[in-house]
Amino acid sequence: MKPKVAFFDFTSCEGCQLTVVDSLQTHVDLLDVVEIVQFREAMTEKGEDYLVAFVEGSISRESDEARLKEIRERAAVLVALGACAHLGGVNAIRNAMPLEDVRRYVYGDKADWYETYPARPLSAVVKVDAFIPGCPIDREEFIEVVKALLAGRKPPIPDFPMCVECKRKENVCMYDRGGQCLGPVTRAGCGAICPTYGDGCEGCRGLIPDPNSEAMSDVLVKNGLTVDDMLARWSMFGTYQQMELAAKK
Amino acid sequence: MGNVNIEVHHVTRVEGHGNIVVNAKNGVLEECRLDIVETPRFFEAMLRGRPYTQSSHITSRICGICAVGHATASLRATENALGIEPSAQTVLLRKLNFHGEMLDSHVLHVYMLVAPDMLGVGSVIPLVQIAPEAVLRALRLKKLAGDLCAVIAGRHTHPIAMAVGGFTHFPTIAELKALRGRLVDARADMDETVKLAKTLPWPQFNRETEYVALRKEDEYAFIDGTITTTDGGKYAINDYRQVTNERMVTHATAKHCAHKRESYMVGALARFNVNHDKLHPRAKAAAEELGLKPICTNPYLNTAAQVVELVHCVEDAINIIDELVGRGVKPEPLPAFPGKGGEGAGSCEVPRGILFHNYQIGDDGNVIGANCIIPTGQNLANIDADMRALVPQILDRPQDEIRQMMEMLVRAYDPCISCSVHFLDVRFV
Repeated sequence: MKPKVAFFDFTSCEGCQLTVVDSLQTHVDLLDVVEIVQFREAMTEKGEDYLVAFVEGSISRESDEARLKEIRERAAVLVALGACAHLGGVNAIRNAMPLEDVRRYVYGDKADWYETYPARPLSAVVKVDAFIPGCPIDREEFIEVVKALLAGRKPPIPDFPMCVECKRKENVCMYDRGGQCLGPVTRAGCGAICPTYGDGCEGCRGLIPDPNSEAMSDVLVKNGLTVDDMLARWSMFGTYQQMELAAKK
Repeated sequence: MGNVNIEVHHVTRVEGHGNIVVNAKNGVLEECRLDIVETPRFFEAMLRGRPYTQSSHITSRICGICAVGHATASLRATENALGIEPSAQTVLLRKLNFHGEMLDSHVLHVYMLVAPDMLGVGSVIPLVQIAPEAVLRALRLKKLAGDLCAVIAGRHTHPIAMAVGGFTHFPTIAELKALRGRLVDARADMDETVKLAKTLPWPQFNRETEYVALRKEDEYAFIDGTITTTDGGKYAINDYRQVTNERMVTHATAKHCAHKRESYMVGALARFNVNHDKLHPRAKAAAEELGLKPICTNPYLNTAAQVVELVHCVEDAINIIDELVGRGVKPEPLPAFPGKGGEGAGSCEVPRGILFHNYQIGDDGNVIGANCIIPTGQNLANIDADMRALVPQILDRPQDEIRQMMEMLVRAYDPCISCSVHFLDVRFV
């Protein structure tokens, strides 16, 4: 019997699930090895019995917690799909602003009609067994993670910095091109796609474990930049982590 | 007879979360609407205080399907605010990239979200057995569309190389020529797509409404133009608020819109109704083949209009590549910040209809205020009005059939619900 997998989403753009659909263009045989029992964006069939749950999106209102906890109870393996689920991602930018101000700015005097709270990654609500980082996820990495999970292996997510991949690609360093880049401290696995297409890393895959902050500061000093410049850049995807670190201090 | 009680929780095969509610007692319709239950997302609030260069990267994250469209509208709004004029090469590359997204999104909707309804299955997966050729065709076309976007901006979701005033990466002539060959080959797939669309049992339902789209005199408009309506309205993009008139409702986290009537429709059918005369001859022929004539008032045929646009986009993409190959593609530096902020609106026709971004940027280059008005939000009032008109016509049918008709109606609009839930009335200070 093929293992059953299901896809779910919370606050997100659903771009990671679309990337999953896109991965079928080159890996249509994926459907031979797993049975998809639920994928609201793509199918009407709805099964509640599944081994692996892939969950996209942040949790951004209290009433969504129950649904996530239910998914957690049913799934043997829960995988955070993409930056919103893994880190909080762009949804958490607003966490650094007064919530009431954010609500009034968008919904004016009707703000009370719509429920919300500070956005958070899945791991702030339930135990997460694995994650596929990135905004959006990388389709090849998704396939590799599925293969590993089916084989009972740990998903092969790199824990070295993106700089390594960028150098391997022989890209000219973004700093030498007058740009800014979080490559020295961000998790690799994307193939350095942003610097390859002319933009510095924005840190969507999250920090590596034990980032070398000294090396990062050296790069900053050498290029006349400050830690605040980097924090501002990192806040696009890393506001939730920044606020956690600040709270610990 | 005549008691109907339908609640579809989280309509499937649409982007985002919506519920359909229909209640009728003794043949009288009491309640009928599409609830938008997506979580509020607050993008406009989040842009405030951030450098103008980040706006397109952040707002592309509004939607995984129309990421290029959001980035384009965002860049046009920023450029208009800062008085930056994109080069002829930038305009061509943006148009080409846009066609890639249109192909990707329309193929997804026609083949994977709508066709299963008409072929009596719940998703594209059973179609792998029933109609493998159609599924492989869809995957092939989607791959072409994705590769086109990747050559220009790194990937479709979310584009990397699109920047204020230009691009940070440029395709090679060899890459463009390779794409051209595949686009020419895709003509056969287009013929098959039109054939398939011709065999699908489109539901019959007509309701007059107003159709709104961008229009240009020299081309079938996707980026920039004049806001034009089938009721004779014409507005500059800067005056978009005179058309959209957003209001909040309790049953949706997305705001509703109306122009002169109670509602209006945007999307492929609206573009077809407003700009039919500007279609490529092959696309006009496809429309004729499908029996699609302006002004078409059957919302289910929005999907058929998407098929017509697929044909148009393939042909126009080939023409744009020819022009780029003819003039050559040269790296162009990005314009510097002009040192002074301003306010500007940008608009384009994303797959689901007309999209507006409007920013105010300070003299320090940081965003002060933002407003985004998304096609699905503009369609919500029209979907509600369609439902209210349709249900009384089909109340005598079995409940399951009514539910199916309602779901198909919502799906025909190709709604992008996660997009639609973060608009606002901006009070620029």
